[in-house]
Amino acid sequence: MRARGEERNEMNVATEASPILPAWPDGGVTRVPYWIFQRDDVYAREQERVFQGKSWFYLCLEADLPEAGSFRTTFVGDTPVVVVRDNDGEICAFENRCAHRGALLCLDEDGKAKQGFTCVYHGWSYDLKGNLNGVAFLKGLKGQGGMPSTFKMADHGPRKLRIATIFGLVFGTFSDETPPLDDWLGETIISRIARVLEGRKPVVLARYTQTLPNNWKLYMENVKDSYHASILHLFFTTFELNRLNYKGGLIVEGGGGHHVSFNQLDRAQLDKAYSDQNLRSDSNYKLKDPSMLQGFNEFPDGITLQILTVFPTFVLQQIQNSVAVRQIVPRGPERSDLNWTILGFEDDTPEQRLVRVKQANLVGAAGFISMEDGCVGGFVQRGVAGAPHLPSVLEMGGSSTQSSESRVSEAAIRGFWQQYRDLMGL
Amino acid sequence: MSQKSDSDMFHKIVRAQAEYARAIDNDRLEDWPAFFEDPCLYRITTAGNFAKGYEAGIVFANTRGMLTDRITALREANIFERHTYRHISGAPCILSEDADGARSETPFVVVRIMRDGVTDVFASGCYRDLWRAHGAQVKLAERIVICDSSRIDTLLVIPL
Repeated sequence: MRARGEERNEMNVATEASPILPAWPDGGVTRVPYWIFQRDDVYAREQERVFQGKSWFYLCLEADLPEAGSFRTTFVGDTPVVVVRDNDGEICAFENRCAHRGALLCLDEDGKAKQGFTCVYHGWSYDLKGNLNGVAFLKGLKGQGGMPSTFKMADHGPRKLRIATIFGLVFGTFSDETPPLDDWLGETIISRIARVLEGRKPVVLARYTQTLPNNWKLYMENVKDSYHASILHLFFTTFELNRLNYKGGLIVEGGGGHHVSFNQLDRAQLDKAYSDQNLRSDSNYKLKDPSMLQGFNEFPDGITLQILTVFPTFVLQQIQNSVAVRQIVPRGPERSDLNWTILGFEDDTPEQRLVRVKQANLVGAAGFISMEDGCVGGFVQRGVAGAPHLPSVLEMGGSSTQSSESRVSEAAIRGFWQQYRDLMGL
Repeated sequence: MSQKSDSDMFHKIVRAQAEYARAIDNDRLEDWPAFFEDPCLYRITTAGNFAKGYEAGIVFANTRGMLTDRITALREANIFERHTYRHISGAPCILSEDADGARSETPFVVVRIMRDGVTDVFASGCYRDLWRAHGAQVKLAERIVICDSSRIDTLLVIPL
């Protein structure tokens, strides 16, 4: 334990972007110091070691890039990124930054680039792979000006990301050292993504950004926190909608940073769930129109809720028939963007599509069972303002980062901090 | 369409819209579903989503019951920091008027006032509405709330 701490301290060395940080408090991953959510130097080190480092980042859907030239812009940490399908059908991604003077190359969320991208500032142009292929006035005008003969276009260009796709999701990484995506996810996480997305063509039903008044890690703690679900989110409880006996579990994977939390019904209960039985309520509060919860039997394994995270910033959600991907983008130490993409599938019947549209009410910025997650991170951010050197307490379910049947556990949060500390040298 | 009926509808819509905004801003949210027919359509979306024809909303309801459930959940289940809105609506532009009702577009700004006094522009956009006459009044058969921005700050619980 002590040797481990010393090893970490050796890694906690100053670099230009990240000066030395305070020591992590005693207690390993059962204690998280509040300065981790507050400091500019922590944020700067994250950009270098997490976001430019050895992790895979969700960028967009393959379905967002239907043909050659189709692009989307997104972010890996602070870094703006263009994701584009090239003329060979390959998906490429590169920094959204001109190699000349640094201006954004692409000023739209999505669209179609015919040949490539041209910087508006001085007309430097790039092909769909992000290679520089044109410099305005390269040879000057009338023999005057122009770039020196030593200038080689091949030596200049925005940094490129490695790309890997899985079940229609596009991931990218800036680091050559990040292990292959399949290895990095592991079999369990792959199978859990597969059960939602494999062999299906997703269709975007809505896309918007929820601005969170808190550090990005507070959102990732929240989404990995199976302990809070029935306490903070009272929608199902108030309307007594959740009366079946669920089993389920909490899975912690990878270096601790991936997780799955799920509820599962057995066959007999599953049939009951899709009749009206579970909508009957003795509560004082009844839904006037419970049709939102009358879903269809889409997942034969009986899993009615699965929240899956891929370290550090990706979430795949299945809540009944509501499927969405969420991507968290940091916007400074005390703000973040939560990008929601609500999904249907190409082979949905009109009735199934209506169910998904109705169940989208459960999630997102106005979600019956998720809106609280938009404010609770801000409650923490403001609550800890004067307490940078005090820690939070993460002992629910013990101190391990192991998977368990019980979801009354903070193991997945501890797992996140384990992987985060490894990368950050803390 | 006579000048008079056009003017009548315009005034009825202005009046209904003023009452709609006042009910929400004065926390009489239980009165809100009655501005709609049953069944109805109420959807909050973004201009970008609307332009692309995306089907789901940030909020979606196709019955008055679903609107009532939004308010019951707000009162009894959902947890959020106390805040109020101030709606400022512009004049409705009548897009069409026929036997099926009047379609209009009305711009709005909603200012959010948090419990500690922090005041922000929470949303701007327009209502794309289908109004139908009910005696001397009009009710909403459809209200699509098209927010100009693709961003929602923190959460959206009080209807727009």
